[in-house]
Amino acid sequence: MRRTLEGYLFVSPWLAGFILLTAGPMIASLYISGTSWTMLSPPVWVGTQNYARLLGDDQRFGLSLMNTLTYVALAVPIGLAVSLLIALLLNRRVPGRGLFRTLFFLPSITNLVAVSLLWMWVLNPEYGLLNGALRMAGIDGPLWFQSEQWAKPALVLMSLWGTGGTMIVFLAALQGIPGELYEAAELDGAGTLGKFVHITLPMISPAFLFNLIVGIIGCSQVFTQAYVMTGSAQPGTEGGPNNATLFVVLYLYKKAFQEFSMGYAASIAWVLFFLILVATVLQMKLARRWVFYEAEQQ
Amino acid sequence: MRLNERSQMPLLAGITLRYALTYAALMLLGALFLIPFLWMLSVSLQDAQGMFALPFRWIPDRPRWENYGTALSAIPFGRYLFNTSVITASVLALTLFSCTLVAYGFARLRFPGRDMLFAVCIATMMLPGQVTMIPLYMAYARLGWVDTYLPLIVPSLFGSPFYIFLLRQFFLTIPREYDEAALLDGAGRLRIYWSIVLPLARPAVATVTLFCFIGTWNDFFGPLIYLNSPEKATLTLGLNMLKSQVIGSGSVQWHILMAASVLVMLPNIIVFFIAQKQFIRGIQIGGLRG
Repeated sequence: MRRTLEGYLFVSPWLAGFILLTAGPMIASLYISGTSWTMLSPPVWVGTQNYARLLGDDQRFGLSLMNTLTYVALAVPIGLAVSLLIALLLNRRVPGRGLFRTLFFLPSITNLVAVSLLWMWVLNPEYGLLNGALRMAGIDGPLWFQSEQWAKPALVLMSLWGTGGTMIVFLAALQGIPGELYEAAELDGAGTLGKFVHITLPMISPAFLFNLIVGIIGCSQVFTQAYVMTGSAQPGTEGGPNNATLFVVLYLYKKAFQEFSMGYAASIAWVLFFLILVATVLQMKLARRWVFYEAEQQ
Repeated sequence: MRLNERSQMPLLAGITLRYALTYAALMLLGALFLIPFLWMLSVSLQDAQGMFALPFRWIPDRPRWENYGTALSAIPFGRYLFNTSVITASVLALTLFSCTLVAYGFARLRFPGRDMLFAVCIATMMLPGQVTMIPLYMAYARLGWVDTYLPLIVPSLFGSPFYIFLLRQFFLTIPREYDEAALLDGAGRLRIYWSIVLPLARPAVATVTLFCFIGTWNDFFGPLIYLNSPEKATLTLGLNMLKSQVIGSGSVQWHILMAASVLVMLPNIIVFFIAQKQFIRGIQIGGLRG
């Protein structure tokens, strides 16, 4: 009895937080999403009207959903490929790799607003670093954030610079592969490609799944870059040329904190949560087919 | 002997070639990662014409260090530094207090429902913050907390699932015998937590400190929605306000904005170089055992 009480006392900060900051607000959020509420006047119950409008009539929401899906579909696979490539290179025992690891990791922990401002200028069509380099190669660079087609690729490009965390997870998984496995494969006559396909890939598949899920969750909530980098100085113009970078969370922010449509914003949050949940559960189900867990095999 | 030599020659050559290729790839990728930093530094030291020069001159004739002075006075930098420090220090203190206590409870004490509660704790990591953001904002507004630091600080009193998880995983690696011996000596749980487990868990505590520092110091969304008065802004928010001046009225220019960005990034970079190992260990724990 005393131990039980002690246990609950120790975890009580989290338990209280769970009730006050997570479970309670979730219920409240569900209720709010069924109302029309501007904070100035009392809430009016509208039932499922917000959801119906959101999924039926709201073209801007449909657009923000498509923008987000496109961004996730580009940024996640390319990010995984690039960070795996870097991790594979760093896994070779070459001198000075600590220095390289530092360099690849550093951008991912620096201030995202500062990073966004840096990339705004790097991708400036006229005076930017990238188009300058392209010009030297005789290529007319795109307008990046000023063009509807290139604004999302520009954000993906920038996201690759911040891929260090993903890379470190891959690197740790690679370093956890016992050398004997490779030696045994070599005895069996496996080449570089054979070893990569039959040993490296299965052994890092749990890390791959982790990075994939975290990547999808993270990218589907993209906000800061789009808020800082696209739009003019006037509040309300964020979202880029022809709404090309109007992502779901940015749309939600505008609804909640620029238009104060709290009920509508809450329903956007629930749709986003539902989509993230479906994507995560789907990944975990599919993972049974391709993720290799050592412990289960033994 | 001769046979041996002959068979090793191509092998050695193969290894050297692989090294060379690895290096070449690392250098190329490394350059791509490094150049934006160098470019930022270079732009921050140009004069008002230099940054529009075509082709761009990486090393200006005279580096304009005074750009940094201009950046420091373009926004109340000292004030924002102070604000950010107050918020970060408070969040850190509260987070470390609550998360270590909770993690100890989950790692060491047996009580009904513990594993279920821990599973719930882990599951909440996946909940997107937007779901609870709106009711929380309305609740804070009702409490009169909007435009104060309270909405940014008070929640850390209740711990954060990711840090609880990291700490618990580390606590599990500390032999239980230490606890049991101390229990036999008549020490209470709080005492064991404070004088045995916490000192042994210093590396994990350091990792959480770093993650929490970087996360709070760089937070944009929280300050953006909760702080309205310009004088209460954080560095990150201040930098965004400076951006609006640059692209709005044009009274401040890009080289000054780049200098300000360098200044805002600097604490991150310094902390990172001091404590790189803790970062990497933290990500490894989170990624591999997660």
